[in-house]
Amino acid sequence: MLFTLPTHMGRRMRLEVRPQPSPFWSYVSPVLALLITVVIGIGLFMALGKDPVKGLQVFFWEPIKSPYALGELLVKATPLLIIALGLAVCFRSNVWNIGAEGQFVMGALAAGGVALLADKTTGRWIIPAILAAGVLGGMAWAGVTAFLRDRFNANEILVSLMLVYVADLILGYLVFGPWKDPAGYNFPQTTTFEAVTQIPRLMQGSRVTIGILLALVGVAALWLYLYRTYAGFAQEVSGQAPAAARYAGFSSRRALWVALLVSGGAAGLAGALEVAGPIGQLTPYVPAGYGFAAIIVAFVGRLHPVGVVFSALLMSMFYIGGELAQSRLGLPKSITGVFQGLLLFNLLACDILIAHRLRFSIPPATFVQGAR
Amino acid sequence: MDSTALLLAATLSAGTVLAIASLGLLINEKAGIVNLGAEGMMLCAAIAGFATVVHTGNTWLGFAAGMAAGAFLAAVFGALVIWLGTNQYATGLALTLFGAGFSAFVGIGYVQEKLPEQAQYPIPFLSDIAFIGPALFRQHPMVYIAMALAGGLAWFLYRTRAGLVLRSVGESPESAHALGYSVRRIRLAAVMAGGALCGLAGSYVSLVYAPLWVEGMIAGKGWIALALTTFATWRPARVLLGAYLFGGVTMLQFHLQGLGVNVPPQLLSMLPYLATIVVLVLISRNPLWIRANMPTSIGKPFYPGA
Repeated sequence: MLFTLPTHMGRRMRLEVRPQPSPFWSYVSPVLALLITVVIGIGLFMALGKDPVKGLQVFFWEPIKSPYALGELLVKATPLLIIALGLAVCFRSNVWNIGAEGQFVMGALAAGGVALLADKTTGRWIIPAILAAGVLGGMAWAGVTAFLRDRFNANEILVSLMLVYVADLILGYLVFGPWKDPAGYNFPQTTTFEAVTQIPRLMQGSRVTIGILLALVGVAALWLYLYRTYAGFAQEVSGQAPAAARYAGFSSRRALWVALLVSGGAAGLAGALEVAGPIGQLTPYVPAGYGFAAIIVAFVGRLHPVGVVFSALLMSMFYIGGELAQSRLGLPKSITGVFQGLLLFNLLACDILIAHRLRFSIPPATFVQGAR
Repeated sequence: MDSTALLLAATLSAGTVLAIASLGLLINEKAGIVNLGAEGMMLCAAIAGFATVVHTGNTWLGFAAGMAAGAFLAAVFGALVIWLGTNQYATGLALTLFGAGFSAFVGIGYVQEKLPEQAQYPIPFLSDIAFIGPALFRQHPMVYIAMALAGGLAWFLYRTRAGLVLRSVGESPESAHALGYSVRRIRLAAVMAGGALCGLAGSYVSLVYAPLWVEGMIAGKGWIALALTTFATWRPARVLLGAYLFGGVTMLQFHLQGLGVNVPPQLLSMLPYLATIVVLVLISRNPLWIRANMPTSIGKPFYPGA
């Protein structure tokens, strides 16, 4: 017995450990968590004197109602999905990289640095160079965390998080200092990148780029890696059962490095796609919190390559809904963060039902009396 | 006022934030719980305290509101982690993400608000001594409370029976359970006490240290406080020392700028974060030392009768 609550009518509600984790609940739990978040959201809208129907509309209908809106949904889902795919590898290996935001920024910086080199004569080869620079930038930043963990046993949670602040400050230094656009009226931003550096768009009339295709390739690659390769298996065993991994001869150091380099590279790629895509220059507003939101995306998506596709779309709806809530309902945009945090809380609570079931039972004392 | 005295005074004030929060987290960790939600609790407490003072004008009520906010959020975290056995890291992270969003959401109307003029608390006679007076004896009372707290916590943990029970819950919950102590209730109490202290630290930031409200104003102090418990190898006195050390590093950047040192401000602002990393590396390098000092059951869930 793990948890008891006295309820009315002399019954008790308790959580009982299941003989085996329930696959059913591992699928239903995120949906239930979303429902609870929506119910709390309705309560919040009502408490703030806003029409809850309108509130739900801006979050769940407006982002999908037109082809253009769907495009915007994909634009925001792309970085979330790419980062979350990397984090899925990380969290499955029990490596707690929570600094994806910093790796995103460093990827964006490296990519931006390459993009700034372009001039009127540059060819299209610059695009792969930008993307590669982004991946390497993110990898290098995550590599710092991996090195300090591997060599000095320094806690990766704290190190990776501290490096987020450092990365933001490096970005600030560059755009306020050496990389500032001389003709930019002293605004802290670089020159707008040359048109040739623009990540190719998929179609006319939408800002969706080939980034979404790269993300989907990533989904397939992650699925193959996790479920069809020996390396992926070894990686996961290292995280979930370190003792078994040692016995099998799987290197935990290798697992640490792979986890951090993959997630850092993914976050860096997302950063490159952002600056050379929708943003088109480096500004202090490059860090948009995608790195932190992607942690929620990874967990809500069950750390599964297909699961994170759905949760990235959901989280993208939260972002767009938050912006619309600001313009249409006069609510602060930060309502997005409230819902994101609530969703993760609810998910963690609902996940209890995977390994446990609720039982309503008559307390033992009453039962014995009744028997006599 | 002498600029070195001013630097010392500011160091104590900045260190106080870290000390109070880190002592709270120390109570958690001594009971076996790591709460990564420190940053979120401090942010919510900062706005709770700030809003309370804007409406009532009473700073002490503001501190109380901050503590209540911290304790409440910690109770939610504790219920999830201790009774429902959710992952401590993930749950703490959820608390931080939620706290960042929620405080920004609630605080939007308070961004331009100003607090009433702060009361001054010079200590008679002592504050008039040259140099030492302005450096040490014109502080907000919370600075001295933080010092007393460190001493009190050391006494509680190592000199009282209740402190022994608290430590046993973090070292060997099975033994504590076998002796008849309710491990989960003690852990919840520890988590809430830690949350209240993080809340106090958060409200100190928005009421005394800053004093204003902006989104995300805690700026990683909750995370640095988390690192400090490791740095201090889980000893209250060392937590206090570490907090002042980091307070000094934080203040150094402003001091250097004031001296006209020609380094970009962003690079100076990195100092506290880089220092945290350096300190973590130095202290963690010897795994035996960490293992000898760390509460054994830290981060591990406990199920009575399992």
